[in-house]
Amino acid sequence: MQEYDIIVVGAGPAGLTAAIYGARSKRKTLIIEKLAAGGQAATTEEIENYPGFPKGITGPELAAMMAEQAKHFGAELLAAKVQGLVIDGARRIVKTNKGDFRAPVVIIASGAAPKLLGCPGELKFRSRGVSYCATCDAAFYEEAQVMVVGGGDAAVEEALYLTKFADKVTLVHRRDSLRAAKIAQERAKDNPKLEIVWNTVVEEIEGGDMVEKVVLKDVVSGGKRTVPIDGVFIYVGTEPNTDWLGGFVETDGQGYILTDENMRTNLPGVYAVGDIRKKPLRQVITAAADGAVAAVHAEKYLEDQLHSV
Amino acid sequence: MAGLIEVNKDNFDQEVKEANLPVLVDFWGPKCVPCMGLMPAVEEIAARYAGKMKFCKVNTAENRRLAIQQKVLSLPTFLFYKNGELADQLQGEFGPEEIEAKIKAMLGLN
Repeated sequence: MQEYDIIVVGAGPAGLTAAIYGARSKRKTLIIEKLAAGGQAATTEEIENYPGFPKGITGPELAAMMAEQAKHFGAELLAAKVQGLVIDGARRIVKTNKGDFRAPVVIIASGAAPKLLGCPGELKFRSRGVSYCATCDAAFYEEAQVMVVGGGDAAVEEALYLTKFADKVTLVHRRDSLRAAKIAQERAKDNPKLEIVWNTVVEEIEGGDMVEKVVLKDVVSGGKRTVPIDGVFIYVGTEPNTDWLGGFVETDGQGYILTDENMRTNLPGVYAVGDIRKKPLRQVITAAADGAVAAVHAEKYLEDQLHSV
Repeated sequence: MAGLIEVNKDNFDQEVKEANLPVLVDFWGPKCVPCMGLMPAVEEIAARYAGKMKFCKVNTAENRRLAIQQKVLSLPTFLFYKNGELADQLQGEFGPEEIEAKIKAMLGLN
């Protein structure tokens, strides 16, 4: 079994930052990631609120630079799927499809995944008109009519991005106001290709081989109508990727991991950072901050461990 | 180095539909980070199954119509063809393990 000082699970901004700090402390650091580095940030077209990039930066570019920075300081990046966490005395073992890895410190940064809308037709038409990644799929909808579901930052930002391709973008939101940042709200209201439909939910997605229409329901009047549409992009929040942890780590009612201000979980030597953690704001910058805090505390933990032996 | 064959609308029928071997077609795009992340693993798999399976890729940024004709509207998507017919597919979140499992199923290996 290969041994490390710090194992980071997940190569989004939180995990990569933890790895940058860990590697700079000259700790043997492994980052395990099942897909490409970057996490949800890598599926975000434009990031305008991360300091240092006054003209914005694309999610994939920022993610690639963070990964490069972690590798530059000596962190190793492994493409593997984590399957479990085992606590064995002072050792933590991360089980993966590429073998088991051992370290005194594990930093959980496996993030969150898009939440499903949960309406009939959503899964049937997934990848056939239903998408959770505008950055990946927007180009398929040139000159098309698309719908975006949600009212937060992601929904509004991605709806604006889609207007660069689609003829018309309809933003459907179940409430009568948006949660997104004011600057994005103003852009949405000023964009002639974007229409916002308030107090409305998607009841069903219908079609043949691909999406053809959606049934919308007005939550105030209860009235339903069917609208022809080519694509539906869903941005209704996220769910924590905690399945692999098997219930060892304490979470809140929604499954987000509980930590203290040093990012410690209920298990000694196990930290949680980024979107997987219960926290008030999930952004690239707060993810990065979590990673730094956890890695610095982990360094103290590793030193104490050494002295106690 | 056996790479993937670049396929576009002009040679899709010839390379994919008329191929003698089963064919994997990787629909990707330069802005699709998961697609780019998969690419090295796909190349490695392609090298291992060379001669048994044919490996092609379509850059959807340059071949949007071809992708839509094949009912590909989301990336990454892998389509598997046998005797000119669509035989299987992978869409959404999948990794090298799932790709190899599909290949083995296509080739009748276990």
